[in-house]
Amino acid sequence: MKKIEVIIKPFKLDEVVQGLSEAGIICGMTVTEVRGFGRQKGFVEIYRGREYEIRFLPKLKIEIVLNDELVEKAISIITEKAKTGEVGDGKIFVFDLEDAIRIRTGQRGEEAL
Amino acid sequence: MKLLTVASVFMAVLSLSGLAFAEEVQSKIDTGDTAWMLIATALVMLMTVPGLALFYGGLAKRKDSLNTIAMSFVAFSIVSVLWVIYGYTIAFGEDLWGIIGKPSKLFLSGVDVSSISGTIPEMIFIVYQLTFAAVTVAIVSGALIERIKFSAWILFCILWLSLSYLPVAHWVWGGGFLAKLGALDFAGGTVVHINAGMAALIGAIMLGKRRDTTLIPHNLTMVALGAGLLWFGWFGFNAGSALAANGIAGAAFTNTNTATATAALSWMFTEWLFSKKPTILGIASGAVAGLVAITPAAGFVNIIGAIIIGIMAGIVPYFAVARLKPRLGYDDTLDAFGIHGVAGILGALLTGLLADPSINEAGKGLFFGNPSQFYIQILAVVVTILYVSIISLFVFLIIKFLLGLRADRNDELIGLDESQHGEKAYNLHF
Repeated sequence: MKKIEVIIKPFKLDEVVQGLSEAGIICGMTVTEVRGFGRQKGFVEIYRGREYEIRFLPKLKIEIVLNDELVEKAISIITEKAKTGEVGDGKIFVFDLEDAIRIRTGQRGEEAL
Repeated sequence: MKLLTVASVFMAVLSLSGLAFAEEVQSKIDTGDTAWMLIATALVMLMTVPGLALFYGGLAKRKDSLNTIAMSFVAFSIVSVLWVIYGYTIAFGEDLWGIIGKPSKLFLSGVDVSSISGTIPEMIFIVYQLTFAAVTVAIVSGALIERIKFSAWILFCILWLSLSYLPVAHWVWGGGFLAKLGALDFAGGTVVHINAGMAALIGAIMLGKRRDTTLIPHNLTMVALGAGLLWFGWFGFNAGSALAANGIAGAAFTNTNTATATAALSWMFTEWLFSKKPTILGIASGAVAGLVAITPAAGFVNIIGAIIIGIMAGIVPYFAVARLKPRLGYDDTLDAFGIHGVAGILGALLTGLLADPSINEAGKGLFFGNPSQFYIQILAVVVTILYVSIISLFVFLIIKFLLGLRADRNDELIGLDESQHGEKAYNLHF
């Protein structure tokens, strides 16, 4: 099992979810509003004529847990759907996952996904 | 109602001499005026709570937003109580030496339900004026937020109302020396806005800069809602200042709306030109600047005058907040001076130029052949600025000595909501 954390531009969420659903890859995900910065440094907001540099940009973080064999396919779909070609499109992080438990039934491992 | 009036007039004619009859008519309550002034009073109340509270609260940082709202709330409450105890009689009691009113109506003594002020019950006049005093004090808070101790603000409300607002209100409206001089201030450009704006500037300087001097609004929808309520309530402020339901009230109403809309657009276009984007904060700020600038002029200028005032109110305060403030370096958090002080001075001076005697015979400006009116306006502005600045400095020094002005460093960093009130504006609670 792997856990994928994906940071994307907020307006790309629908496309990513649709792409993953259509390919039958996911049966669940968690989405969080987050802020951060990478190479896309920040931007300027102007209030009453004064400029303020906003360092942390709003992004969405998606967390998905998958069977190992689905990971590459998921990565290629996410990369395709979340891409605009500009700085700030986000990142995908892949982790090994030790275990998963479905609270209702107590099922463990891939059965719990 | 009409029949009754006709009958009573007939009786009066029969029973009294011509002179006595004239006096009798003058001191009669007009039910139309009375109904309008009841409504106008409630409208002005709405300007402070929640109008100004939302406008300022949305502009504040999230961690200071409740404290900012609380400052308007508590200002309204303190002034409400002090006004009926001694505020009214000091501002509007019988004139003493042109400086203050006679304290003969402490606790409204001698005022009963049959007391009359003009054509309305005196009780209504009292509470109408109360709402003006309250909003004036609350406006000052905009310059002080995000660092002033709540206890210091409470003491400020008491001292500043007593030493600054009451005398200036007396000078201009209560028969004091500026009234005798002939200064024009229809609804309070001098008394309310220059007064509050100068106190705001002195306060910002006395308090010093915040540790984080940004103005990044935590909730702009609140700001827009608050500005809308200010605009709405201001009809009571300006049209109500006719103290009657008549043509001058109508002119003041129309002028207020015209100048405000013009200023909202004028600020928006100025900003579009100089900082690239038309912001809702700019449109709302322009509207407030327009409301302030038309205040002294509302019942004196014609519609072209209102448009000119609106255009200027979108430009001059913009440069005051966007250029002057950063250059001079004072930290007027929400631009209480930049908007109320600057637009108030602008409006008071333009009234001296644009007052049209065909709208209101009481006011004739320089453009209508009366240059001395303009000089009187300058004098009234200068006298108010000098007096308010000195008194405000004195008030802030007293508070600094007695309580201290600023919240301590840590309290400021964690936010005044938590440090002063033990509350948070937005709780995540499952």
